[in-house]
Amino acid sequence: MTAHSFALPLVLFSAFCRLVGIAAPWFVPKGPNRGVIITMLVTTAVCCYLFWLIAILAQANPLFGPQLKNETIWYVRFLWE
Amino acid sequence: MGSLFRSEEVCLAQLFLQSASAYSCISELGERGLLEFRDLNPKVSPFQRRFVGEVRRCEEMEKTFTFLQQELRAAGRLPAPCPESPRAPAAREALRVQEQSEQLAQELREVSRSRSSLRDRLRDLRQHLHVLREGQRFTSLPVGPGREPILDPSLHHHLDRKINFVAGVIHPWRVTAFERLLWRACRGYLVASFVEMPEPMEDPATGESITWVIFLISYWGEQIGQKIRKISNCFHCQVYGYPESEASRTEAITRLHGQIQELSVTLEETEKYLAEVLDKVAQVLPTWRVQVQKMKAIYLVLNQCSFDVTKKCLIAEVWCPVRDLTQVQDALRQGSVSGSCFVQRVPTTESPPTLIRTNKFTAGFQSIVDAYGVASYQEVNPAPYAIITFPFIFAIMFGDVGHGLLMFLFALWMVLYEDSPRLRQGTNEIWLTFFEGRYLILLMGAFSIYTGFIYNECFSKATAIFPSAWSVATMANHSSWSSAYLATHPSLTLDPNVTGVFQGPYPFGIDPIWSLATNHLNFLNSFKMKMSVVLGIVHMGFGVMLGVFNHVHFQQRHRLVLEFLPEMIFLLALFGYLVFLIFYKWIKFSAADSRVAPSILIHFIDMFLFTSNAENLPLYPGQVPVQMVLVVLALASVPVLLLGTPLYQWCRQRGLTVGAHDFAEIFMHQAIHTIEYCLGCVSNTASYLRLWALSLAHAQLSEVLWSMVMRNGFVGLSYVGGVVLVPVFAAFAVLTVAILLVMEGLSAFLHALRLHWVEFQNKFYVGAGYKLCPFAFAPDTWE
Repeated sequence: MTAHSFALPLVLFSAFCRLVGIAAPWFVPKGPNRGVIITMLVTTAVCCYLFWLIAILAQANPLFGPQLKNETIWYVRFLWE
Repeated sequence: MGSLFRSEEVCLAQLFLQSASAYSCISELGERGLLEFRDLNPKVSPFQRRFVGEVRRCEEMEKTFTFLQQELRAAGRLPAPCPESPRAPAAREALRVQEQSEQLAQELREVSRSRSSLRDRLRDLRQHLHVLREGQRFTSLPVGPGREPILDPSLHHHLDRKINFVAGVIHPWRVTAFERLLWRACRGYLVASFVEMPEPMEDPATGESITWVIFLISYWGEQIGQKIRKISNCFHCQVYGYPESEASRTEAITRLHGQIQELSVTLEETEKYLAEVLDKVAQVLPTWRVQVQKMKAIYLVLNQCSFDVTKKCLIAEVWCPVRDLTQVQDALRQGSVSGSCFVQRVPTTESPPTLIRTNKFTAGFQSIVDAYGVASYQEVNPAPYAIITFPFIFAIMFGDVGHGLLMFLFALWMVLYEDSPRLRQGTNEIWLTFFEGRYLILLMGAFSIYTGFIYNECFSKATAIFPSAWSVATMANHSSWSSAYLATHPSLTLDPNVTGVFQGPYPFGIDPIWSLATNHLNFLNSFKMKMSVVLGIVHMGFGVMLGVFNHVHFQQRHRLVLEFLPEMIFLLALFGYLVFLIFYKWIKFSAADSRVAPSILIHFIDMFLFTSNAENLPLYPGQVPVQMVLVVLALASVPVLLLGTPLYQWCRQRGLTVGAHDFAEIFMHQAIHTIEYCLGCVSNTASYLRLWALSLAHAQLSEVLWSMVMRNGFVGLSYVGGVVLVPVFAAFAVLTVAILLVMEGLSAFLHALRLHWVEFQNKFYVGAGYKLCPFAFAPDTWE
């Protein structure tokens, strides 16, 4: 229905994950748990970014489209758009 | 990173304790809970050890305490738990505790005995009183018509027949049998009457309250009297004397009254005294119990030490964390009288126990790693990474915003109220398991919300946070789908080749149009399978890289080149290339070449078999030679992995005499490792496909629940429909919690655990260690 760019979400989400995974570890207060918290931040950033990247790349160039029931097509066509 | 990264340094130390201050030193060390004592007398039986007498004394005291506690419980009092933990008593104090406890036990026994005997006597008297009173009713009853008169003895004095009485109490269930037997045996010569006692009384045998039956038998003849007495004996009746004259009866009644009165007063006094004794016991028992437990623990530890005759001191061998050596020295100084006890480090070739200090957050994750195997000494610990990867892998299989939110809120409640005693002192084992893992469940729920947003599933419904990228209108206009056309075609497909139909990938997650599509599984299966494989290979690669830390720490840098490098090459050349193919196909191939899009699976199989399939187009030019090179590289790394380390070690020790079978063992070990690794790479990659399988199952179950349960509640759009919606929602909620949260949650938890324990950890983890169990006084628990 609306055009989505590919570059914008990529840049934004990558920046966010870099913020969590690379910048935030510098701000963790010194204490006995500093190492654990840094590990947690980096691992979270890597895992979440990879998962999101797979999801967006899998849809970037679809090889086939959705098959809809005629009721759904009628409804979306005439009531949504 | 501190101690979560790998186990702390633990050293073997010897404690030299003067005999006089040994007890107090061990008590001090026990309070701090730092050291694990080793048994220096393993071959000595428990009865021959040095301090066996003291241990026996402690056990005797514990027996007395058990008796006292039983008495307390019988009286219905609960002993209060000990508020602060008292220290182990010195010898003199222990003696005092023993004497006092025995004295109290003796007193308690005597008082209980006297009380029970007083009670028996009181009951007896009261029964007698009732018998007399009820019997009085019979003997002074006027004769009614049609009833057999009970002969009044005073009328018949002048007759030669003398009336006698037998009065007593009988159990109500035996009344009919008693009556029948009396009639059969002595009919015609007696008159028996039965009446129930007005108040129930305790049965001495069973303790339950029964309404006894009073009987009064008037008879004449001596032999009949004997018969009657024999019969009543048989039936275990309590027989009381029944005086003949009215006056003596009233006198007996008044006398009984007086006796009962006195006895009640005495009984009350006894009860009061008993209560006082019990109070005293309840006050001191908890403290004593803890003290004696600590004393016994200390003597058991002292039994493990060896006695050095020359220096007149006890020597204890302990495993001590190096960081705590100063604390141990402190404790010894505090415990000993003249500061003569000291600790000395001792070098050893044995492998020390593993100590990993955790806090309440990391303890849950460390325990699931330890459940598989405790880390070997100073091996890298997978727990800090598992804090995030375990909930993440769980969430991949559980992804649903609604279910994740419910799980997150449940765990949040447990975490916020974790200090409340009601939550902490639950006895239900299943509840305790959930409570111990509250931080784990919290993270699992949080990640499930994230993956739920990516899968775009909230209780199986998709949310359109951003508008969908697929335009139905454009497709309809392009193919002129009028209403008539739609009526004749039940399903139609949107073609991304038509310009304007597909307008870019959905920015966050799966496009919501797919939840409306009938072929959404085709798309989702392809997406989830590739996702599982990619994440699996990344996880395993990470595991192999963690092995580097082990090689570096244990000064085995040759293993970096001879093991780590071939392992990485094998993994990346084959499976890293597969990841590359997946990403490449996603980026390079679009709907324009959808008819001729190559199949990655066929390419991968052909790569191994060195064949090619004409119908399967190459993904990029030069694919075949590149693949050949990669396969050769991977195969070349296998013999390096197989023979590298053994040959290196053999070369190193060529000078020394090393037996041939030692080399054979090293070689065998390395062969097993190589085969396990290479075959494992293939099978473990496939094993990660369970991420796809379980997420599919969860999505389908959730969709079925919605369409078959909840949707039926929206059928009626009237007020009645609104009322019907309530039980439908109740059923939906119950099934959601039971099936989707509990069952699917446990299933996903189990599979995530398996992926960590087997697929991830067998790349680097040995897990053959044992935990450091320091000698500490465990908190006392009443059973």
